[in-house]
Amino acid sequence: MAHVHDVPAAHGLMAEFDNPTALVEAANRARLQGYTQMDAYSPMPIPELDAALGIKKTKLPLIVLTGGILGGLGGYSLEYWSSVIAYPMVIGGRPFHSWPQFIPVTFETTILGAALSAVIGMFVLNQLPQPYHPVFNVPEFARASRDRFFLCIESTDPRYDREATRTFLDGLHPLGVSEVAS
Amino acid sequence: MADTLQHSVDERPTPPVIEPGHTFASVTDTISNIVLTRRTSIGWFLGFLIAFILLMVLNLTIGKLLLTGIGIWGNNVPVGWAFDIINFVWWIGIGHAGTLISAILLLFRQQWRTSINRFAEAMTLFAVACAAMFPLLHTGRPWLAIYWLFPYPNTMGLWPQFRSPLIWDVFAVSTYGTVSALFWFVGLVPDLATLRDRADSKVKKMIFGVLSLGWRGSARHWHRYETAYLLLAGLSTPLVLSVHTVVSFDFAVSQVPGWHATIFPPYFVAGAIYSGFAMVMTLAIPMRKAYGLEGFITMRHIHNMTKVMLATGMIVAYGYANEAFFAWYSANPYEEYMMANRMGGPYGTFYWSLIAINAAMIQLFWFRKVRDNVALLFVLSLLVNVGMWLERFVIIVTSLHRDFLPSSWDMFYPTRWDWGMYAGTIGLFMALFFLFIRFLPAISIFEMRTIVPEAKLRTEHHG
Repeated sequence: MAHVHDVPAAHGLMAEFDNPTALVEAANRARLQGYTQMDAYSPMPIPELDAALGIKKTKLPLIVLTGGILGGLGGYSLEYWSSVIAYPMVIGGRPFHSWPQFIPVTFETTILGAALSAVIGMFVLNQLPQPYHPVFNVPEFARASRDRFFLCIESTDPRYDREATRTFLDGLHPLGVSEVAS
Repeated sequence: MADTLQHSVDERPTPPVIEPGHTFASVTDTISNIVLTRRTSIGWFLGFLIAFILLMVLNLTIGKLLLTGIGIWGNNVPVGWAFDIINFVWWIGIGHAGTLISAILLLFRQQWRTSINRFAEAMTLFAVACAAMFPLLHTGRPWLAIYWLFPYPNTMGLWPQFRSPLIWDVFAVSTYGTVSALFWFVGLVPDLATLRDRADSKVKKMIFGVLSLGWRGSARHWHRYETAYLLLAGLSTPLVLSVHTVVSFDFAVSQVPGWHATIFPPYFVAGAIYSGFAMVMTLAIPMRKAYGLEGFITMRHIHNMTKVMLATGMIVAYGYANEAFFAWYSANPYEEYMMANRMGGPYGTFYWSLIAINAAMIQLFWFRKVRDNVALLFVLSLLVNVGMWLERFVIIVTSLHRDFLPSSWDMFYPTRWDWGMYAGTIGLFMALFFLFIRFLPAISIFEMRTIVPEAKLRTEHHG
């Protein structure tokens, strides 16, 4: 049976810091210790965390490029189809396929496609909206959006061990370490 | 002489972008308390009341318009386009400063943008909403406008005319509105999470919780977030330049003397940014005073915005000179007459007023004494808004009212419904803005956290 182990399933262990430097240092130490399944939480972006946590470069730019190309092709095709095939009208003696005059709309739909894919892509890759996440079970975590910095080592990490990981986190001189209920 | 002047200028220190002594906590609390805990002031209610009355004027004029038709406006046969397009261009132009601040200044890594970008973006959205109303209502039956404007398969088998700048305008403005809204919302998400975590009541927690989409500040999320934000800025930059370019095509692609000019796109874009910064000043000066935000919107911001207004205003003034020069240089009698009529015709006073404001008055911005005088700058920025409105009036009305055939010349006089609708959109804009500063963080909290001294990572080797 799956739930033979009687240990309450925890999401992980979370250490709290009061400044970004300590968080980046903690993340670096945890990575060097061999932890891989972890995440850091901060009230503002800290670019240094990318390297510290080994975050891979996001695929988002590629998604945005694709969205932009599709938007542009879509806009131009719409103009071509409606002005040449569906509803051809002679306006000011111009050809049905007046490509220079199709540029502004093509430009706008390119931007629209790219911008929509940037926003939707970002939220989808981040798996947001997410109504529930275990980290919110820690009362101190409310300050993660104000002035506190958290490092959470997750229980799915192969090196995760309730006692040993707690000892390791305590060694980073955090303000406190809490177990995150899942 | 020049040397001593230079020297004396340099001695005065540049004001900081954020008052010293702020921390993550103080920044967060100061901004979020406006929404969460501060009592709503009498001033807010008074301001909102004025805005609301004007908003009711808008309702009244729209009601009257839909019942009677656009004949209630002063538009006539040579001047078929008047307040509806003047106000459209005016509002759209105002919106441009918001995007310039949030996108272009971000790409140029201008730190001072941080405390003004949020409400400038809100201003953009509200201005676009006001702008869009005019062409839509000019159709007289806006419920039909959907098939005139947007390409969708309808039972009549009709499609919009893609060779017309007017349809480019539809795409430019709707894309601009959409992208600005996305940019604004993406920027708000981490701040909504802050409000969720700091809210004291269940209802507020719930509302901000839903709006913040469960944002938790994960480093992986921030990584993608920053990428998306930067890409949006990169996309908004050409977009904002294209919008007013396309707006200027509405005129420049035609053959009406006074409209048919190649200077229009850059001249319109500069004018848009110029008027937009004036509106940002008009909003920022009372807001920082009322909410005690002088520590965030410092004199540095006021100085820089004034300088942007000076620079873009000078480009606009160059545009006026260029128009006059080409009217003469073209040796085209219609162009020459258009310019003579603009300067000395029945609307001449308007022309000279706009020159007095947009070319002469802005020279005051060269003086630091003026840039330091916040009350004076408030008045001057209101005047710039008036000047830019006059510019659109002059370009549109004086070009149309006397074109090629003297037999079709006529005068344009706005009716009270024209004024009512204009005042009404100002009411809508103000009402939305009052609601915005009361219910959402008017300054980007998470971006402010990145510029406080604590945010700088300490290097491992101390000293």
